[in-house]
Amino acid sequence: MNDTVRKEMFSRRSVLVNGAQLGVAGLLGARMAWIAIAENDRWQMLSESNRVQLSLIPPRRGWLVDRNGQPIAMNRSDFRVDLIPDRVQDADAVIATLADLLTLPEDEVSRIRTELDAASGYQPVQVAAGLEWEQYAAVNVRLPDLPGVSPLQGFSRYYPAAGAVGHLVGYVGAPSREDYEAEGNNPLLLFPGFKVGKDGLEKTFEQELRGEPGARRAEVTARGELVRELDTRPDEPGETVHLTVDAGLQEFAARRLGNESGSAVILDCRTGDVLAMTSMPSFDPNSFSDGISHPEYDMLTADERVPLRNKSLLGMYPPGSTFKPMTAMAALAGGVDPEEVVYCNGGYTLGNRRFGCLGVHGGVNLHRAIAKSCNTYFYTMGRRYGISRIAWAARTMGLGDEFPIPVPNQNYGTVPDAEWLMGRYNREWTDSDTLNTSIGQGYLQLTPIQLAVMSARIASGRHVVPKLTQGTRRPPPLLEGVEQEHLAMIRSGMDEVVNGNGTAGRARLPLDDVRLGGKTGTAQVVNISSRGRGGMGVPWRYRDHGLFVCFAPVEEPMYACAVVVEHGMSGGRAASPVAADSLLYLFDREQAEERLDRYEAGWGGNIRERMAVQEAEYRAVNGLDPLPNLPEVDLPPDPDGEGSPPA
Amino acid sequence: MSALYDSVVPERIAQLPWRLISLVLAIGIFGLAILYSAAGGSLTPWAATQAVRFFVFLGMAIFISHFREEHWKMLAYPVYAITLLGLLGVEIIGQVGGGSQRWLNLGFMTLQPSEIMKPVLILALAAFYDRLPAGELRGFNAIWPAALLIGMPAALVVIQPDLGTTVALAVGGIAVMFLAGLPLRLFIGGTLAVAALVPIAFTFLLEEYQRNRVLTFLSPENDPLGTGYHITQSKIAIGSGGLFGKGYLNGTQSHLAYLPEGHTDFVFATMAEEFGLLGGLLLIGAFALMIRWGIRVGQRSQSTFSKLTAAGLSVTIFFYVAINLMMVMGLAPVVGIPLPLVSYGGSAMMTVLFCIGVLMSIDRENRRRR
Repeated sequence: MNDTVRKEMFSRRSVLVNGAQLGVAGLLGARMAWIAIAENDRWQMLSESNRVQLSLIPPRRGWLVDRNGQPIAMNRSDFRVDLIPDRVQDADAVIATLADLLTLPEDEVSRIRTELDAASGYQPVQVAAGLEWEQYAAVNVRLPDLPGVSPLQGFSRYYPAAGAVGHLVGYVGAPSREDYEAEGNNPLLLFPGFKVGKDGLEKTFEQELRGEPGARRAEVTARGELVRELDTRPDEPGETVHLTVDAGLQEFAARRLGNESGSAVILDCRTGDVLAMTSMPSFDPNSFSDGISHPEYDMLTADERVPLRNKSLLGMYPPGSTFKPMTAMAALAGGVDPEEVVYCNGGYTLGNRRFGCLGVHGGVNLHRAIAKSCNTYFYTMGRRYGISRIAWAARTMGLGDEFPIPVPNQNYGTVPDAEWLMGRYNREWTDSDTLNTSIGQGYLQLTPIQLAVMSARIASGRHVVPKLTQGTRRPPPLLEGVEQEHLAMIRSGMDEVVNGNGTAGRARLPLDDVRLGGKTGTAQVVNISSRGRGGMGVPWRYRDHGLFVCFAPVEEPMYACAVVVEHGMSGGRAASPVAADSLLYLFDREQAEERLDRYEAGWGGNIRERMAVQEAEYRAVNGLDPLPNLPEVDLPPDPDGEGSPPA
Repeated sequence: MSALYDSVVPERIAQLPWRLISLVLAIGIFGLAILYSAAGGSLTPWAATQAVRFFVFLGMAIFISHFREEHWKMLAYPVYAITLLGLLGVEIIGQVGGGSQRWLNLGFMTLQPSEIMKPVLILALAAFYDRLPAGELRGFNAIWPAALLIGMPAALVVIQPDLGTTVALAVGGIAVMFLAGLPLRLFIGGTLAVAALVPIAFTFLLEEYQRNRVLTFLSPENDPLGTGYHITQSKIAIGSGGLFGKGYLNGTQSHLAYLPEGHTDFVFATMAEEFGLLGGLLLIGAFALMIRWGIRVGQRSQSTFSKLTAAGLSVTIFFYVAINLMMVMGLAPVVGIPLPLVSYGGSAMMTVLFCIGVLMSIDRENRRRR
């Protein structure tokens, strides 16, 4: 190879190199054109989704209002602080700082820790809600040093009647992972402080109450800093749900139950409107909605009076003597002469077994049998007319039935008959089963709302179906297959119970023009033969239940009521005054409240005060720090009027 | 025309290759405008500093364009040796100080020996082949010294570890060997060998983060928030620019900081978002003209040294531009090579303007001979 060849080779190869370079330039140009022109739409969209951050404006939850428009569940503007688990870097340091800034009690700190450990992703963990503006501002100032902390001005749910409406409305809470997945990963559920209904009406009316979230479009940097707001679509607040409940009566009945464990259900027997449905002891739905503390929850679950169970719908009790009107109805339907006299010598003998009566009533007819609650009469009639008639009467009057009311759960209870017994226990029905059933014992298990429906149907003669939301006001149809005059006879007996020579003189209304008719019941918790009657001498949980069903006014019934006082020992003593005072509230509110004030003075305050005392005692016994003095709860519920008003 | 020109402008200035200088000025000033935008419409922190650097180094390039060929021939080996020592020094300081270091702090500026090595290696190789008689081009003696010249700095750079510069050195060196006239079969065989070695190198030689970058390059969607983030955001910037771009100072990807390194390695994406395909093609065209001019300088030269130096330096500039643009458009892994004359930073600016200075000096030599 010589220098000439070498020069030629350079020329050739340099052209080759330059050609390759031009090729690369062409490739780059083509590639760029492909990205910028052919794929332009796709990249433009991604660029926009980078630039523009859509943030949700959670909808304001709809209110629950009573029949007069008075709020039962509403919203209160609220300063709150949450933790976003994914963004928290040093959890301990952040929690310690927050505990310091917000003066969080020890057990709140441990709740936050536990929830933070269990939480994942962007599901927020509440640190504190209902903060003072100063505390909120203090957190905001430190925000750059507190990654993962999200302060927010929003709304929190507020139940003015607190514990009195706990079981009726349920409560709201942060959505669980299941809630989130069930809604197809609805991002709204991840919004800090967003709550969904967890129980009661809050749960069943979730979709109506929720509303539509708004959206805010903002230009943000990659670090999440806001550059400017682009536009905002406001939220659509949830609907207002109008309940049939009378908030005042609901609260009155709850308070009137006092320290007892039990339930009171009051219906308008002309329409079926549920005016009150209380279960006590209760929980404060405000505590649940704010994220309940461990000790408070432990206290509620440890209580033998089960404050977390809605006894109105889920508690099942033998009706005892409150069932006797059903046996009477069965006998009347079977053709008994109401004037027929049965002789009560203190019991009834079936074969070689003696079924006792509470007294020796001598000769009793239907009227006197109801008034005196004579077992012997009803044993006799029950046996004569049979279980299938009794079961028919009970079912016709709504017992053993489930009602179309918007609640998450209700129990059917049991109205036994031969077929049921065979199916359940594979045993033939016997006369002694009939005798037990005819006085409301044995297999009978009923819920307080069923008893209320029963008394409403007795009172009105109509097929009353309970309603919780306002709708048609048409009176329900007359009961089919029931002679109205039979019911009138039963009502007359129940009038006698209270206003004549009967078992519930305590329930007499202190009014000249309104009489109340009712029927007491005392249901055994343990078998008579094994322990004897459950009175004062036995532990609370073995004592008899006290029941009372009633209606007023006797002549033209408007309201029906059922009260169950668990282990109240006697219906006449424990249950009937509660029912009578509750109905008195509807006729003479002032007098009823006067009475209640006297009772509450004796019990140690109203529900909220007593619950606070109970919690303080529980904390003291369990070695927990006393709670800090909470800010006054009776704030004007919505000072700015920003929560959605009833429509 | 020419007479008037001569009478008004001093000869020394008139002799400068003005077409090339205008091209360099156009690219440089365009780059400054982009840096101004990347800072959100501000001269600080980048555009002003970069402007000073640009004009200083351009002055330097014009200054060294007055060097003669024999100066470069004479300087080639000593400068190569010093730079190699510099690389070694960086490595030793890095070992002692703990952790990798790529630069020497000279007080007034930091110096990356690996960056200087790129043109210096070309000069050394050109000097080597210049002295090698044409008859020995097909022998082993034509290969091993060159391989040593390339291998020593490449080995020092790869352990830094700086894969991008290693490849740049190797490509520049091999281009010179190719243009020097070594047998074609060497390059074909070499290509095949590299193809066979790539999987092995991938598994054993690359660091974890380098492997990840390659994997991410192959499928950026798999890692949109990790290393794939750079590529994806860059493509979003280029793609959303469309034909004419979003307008100067209106880029959102860069201004809202979604595009990482929008003023350094990904400055082209910043530009493309605001000036669109049109701006991109103009910039690519300007670089193509510059590189073509460099190859032309080589083709017009007489001596082997000048030919190989000119062509080799052009390939070096080309490699910068091509790899950077491929990376930005998602055609190459993220290797951290800046876009010469446009990206913010002194080292690459200095290297490229040094290359251009040497090219201008060879050009001046060519014109003098004619």
